[in-house]
Amino acid sequence: MTIGKESMKLIRELLFPIIAILAAFLVGAIVIAAIGDDPIQTYRLLIGSALSWPDGIGYTLFYATPLVFTGLAVAVGFRCGLLNIGAEGQLTIAAFATAWVGIWFANSPAWILIPLTCLAAILTGALWGTIPGVLKARFGSHEVINTIMMNFIALGLASALTQTYFKEQGDPILETGPIGSPAHIPRLGQIIPGIPARLPLNVAFLLAIAACALLYVFLWRTKWGYEIRATGANPSAAEYGGISVKKQVVLAMAVSGGLAGMVAINEVLGYRYRYYQGFSPQYGFTGIAVALLGRNHPAGVLLAALFFGALTRGGLFVDIFMEKVSKDLVLILQALVILFVAAEALFRRRIGRT
Amino acid sequence: MEDILKLSILYSTVRMATPLLLAALGGLLSERSGVINIALEGLMLAGAFTSAVVTHYAGNPWIGLLAGIGAGIFIAVIHAVACIQFDSDQVVTGTAINILMFGIPTLLSGALFGTTGSTPQIPRANLLPNAPVVIAFTLVPFVWYVLYRTPFGLRLRAAGENPEAADTAGVSVYRIRYSGVLLSGALAAIGGVYLSIGQSSLFTRNMTAGRGFIALAALIFGKWRPVQTMLACLLFGFAEAVAIQMQGVIPHVRVEYIQIIPYVLTMVVLAGFIGASRAPRALGRPYVKE
Repeated sequence: MTIGKESMKLIRELLFPIIAILAAFLVGAIVIAAIGDDPIQTYRLLIGSALSWPDGIGYTLFYATPLVFTGLAVAVGFRCGLLNIGAEGQLTIAAFATAWVGIWFANSPAWILIPLTCLAAILTGALWGTIPGVLKARFGSHEVINTIMMNFIALGLASALTQTYFKEQGDPILETGPIGSPAHIPRLGQIIPGIPARLPLNVAFLLAIAACALLYVFLWRTKWGYEIRATGANPSAAEYGGISVKKQVVLAMAVSGGLAGMVAINEVLGYRYRYYQGFSPQYGFTGIAVALLGRNHPAGVLLAALFFGALTRGGLFVDIFMEKVSKDLVLILQALVILFVAAEALFRRRIGRT
Repeated sequence: MEDILKLSILYSTVRMATPLLLAALGGLLSERSGVINIALEGLMLAGAFTSAVVTHYAGNPWIGLLAGIGAGIFIAVIHAVACIQFDSDQVVTGTAINILMFGIPTLLSGALFGTTGSTPQIPRANLLPNAPVVIAFTLVPFVWYVLYRTPFGLRLRAAGENPEAADTAGVSVYRIRYSGVLLSGALAAIGGVYLSIGQSSLFTRNMTAGRGFIALAALIFGKWRPVQTMLACLLFGFAEAVAIQMQGVIPHVRVEYIQIIPYVLTMVVLAGFIGASRAPRALGRPYVKE
């Protein structure tokens, strides 16, 4: 049996991310050993505690949910040749807007309130992504700088508005009051038998999987998706072929922002039922690692998000049970994965050249 | 009374502008050589953390300062090797370094001191005096002179504008870019050192709180030029100083609205509304020698 060209390609696509992960874990092991803990034991704890049923897997899926959204968000940008490092701001402002709508229309029935709040999440995120998209298309200003700036603007605005209008009297925490209970989306444990209802894993996870499928269809089966990819592959050729590059930049940033905004569905409608300042442990930035590791493909993003979700879960146990290593190890592994994936692009080119 | 208030605003403006200015000047040297440096935040954290730890053990802030600079350079080497040697995406690598330096200080402080929150308090006598303020503001004319009046500055600008031509003229683009990035590590680290053992007396988790990004904003606002960048840092420092003074003074205006002004201004400038801000032409483009 010979290996076909397609499966060779698939093997290569899988091989490079795995090499990057192994390299990251190797450097991580050196760090762990250097500060005086046992790398093997740490890694066993890190991975092992994420794989137990039901809590390990349940929490892994729960932690993976926002990362699927931000990973897809960054991936759409990359496909159009844009680096959206503003997912963090997009999901922050979206979460705030979602809570706002959930509080204002608290007494509406669920069949109105849930779609309305979801729409608020997606549209606010999309708006926050569109602004740097338009600025890039209209004035040529770099989306990286503008999205960074808008991360801080989102945090500042959400904080100021929460304190002025939505904070409950005497609440020491910077958070809004609760959203109306009709806006709560069910936990998976409530609708699927066999899953304990105590797990925070909720319907947003199913939405995340649906988003992967939809994005695949959008990027590879529609004209818009084709034009976005053509723009990312070669903007001047796309322009020559009659594609409006500017329009694609705006569209890609809107879709990207909307996907990042969907994090709010998991956070506000499915988990905390309010906006809480600083709820995101840099989901937007982890999204960059997820997209890179997942090769900007929805299926890869899903796998990479599960991987980082598992590390997040395992990190908590490392924090508790290891003497010296803390859960910050997960951040370091994340950064190393990004470094190796980014540097590997060249590694491949070198192979290609010779 | 009013005079005192004005004076204290002036004083705290300069103090707030100092770490921004150091990081921004570092960023300037890196970006004028053609390497994007959004890792300024991480480089500042490297300096802030290392100097706090070393000063705690050594009991001498000057050794702490040197160690902080060393740490900044060390982290900058990672950025430089990835971007220059392996032509990785410069923004992606910078982001990775920021994440890395978000994690490493807390991991190490957990291992060394049993708490990931902060490093031990340093006694007042062992804190760094306002030397970084002097360093920062004397560096402005110095960087200007180096950039526009020395062969090194000419080569640096050439590497960032037209590396092919620079190479043809016999300039080693790689070496120039390495020096730009490493210098940015050293300067940004001094900014971080000033935060931890100058303005404060310990390192706390994520203590730069986005200053590396404000420095980047100031650099763009200042159109990648030393004097303008200094003015931008002073403006942003002033916004921060006013925000601190205002805390709770006017109940209906939230400080956040003042704090986001630098970010909004930067976007406005970048869009070309207040005179175009043009990046070095080869910024972000890896140079591959033919």
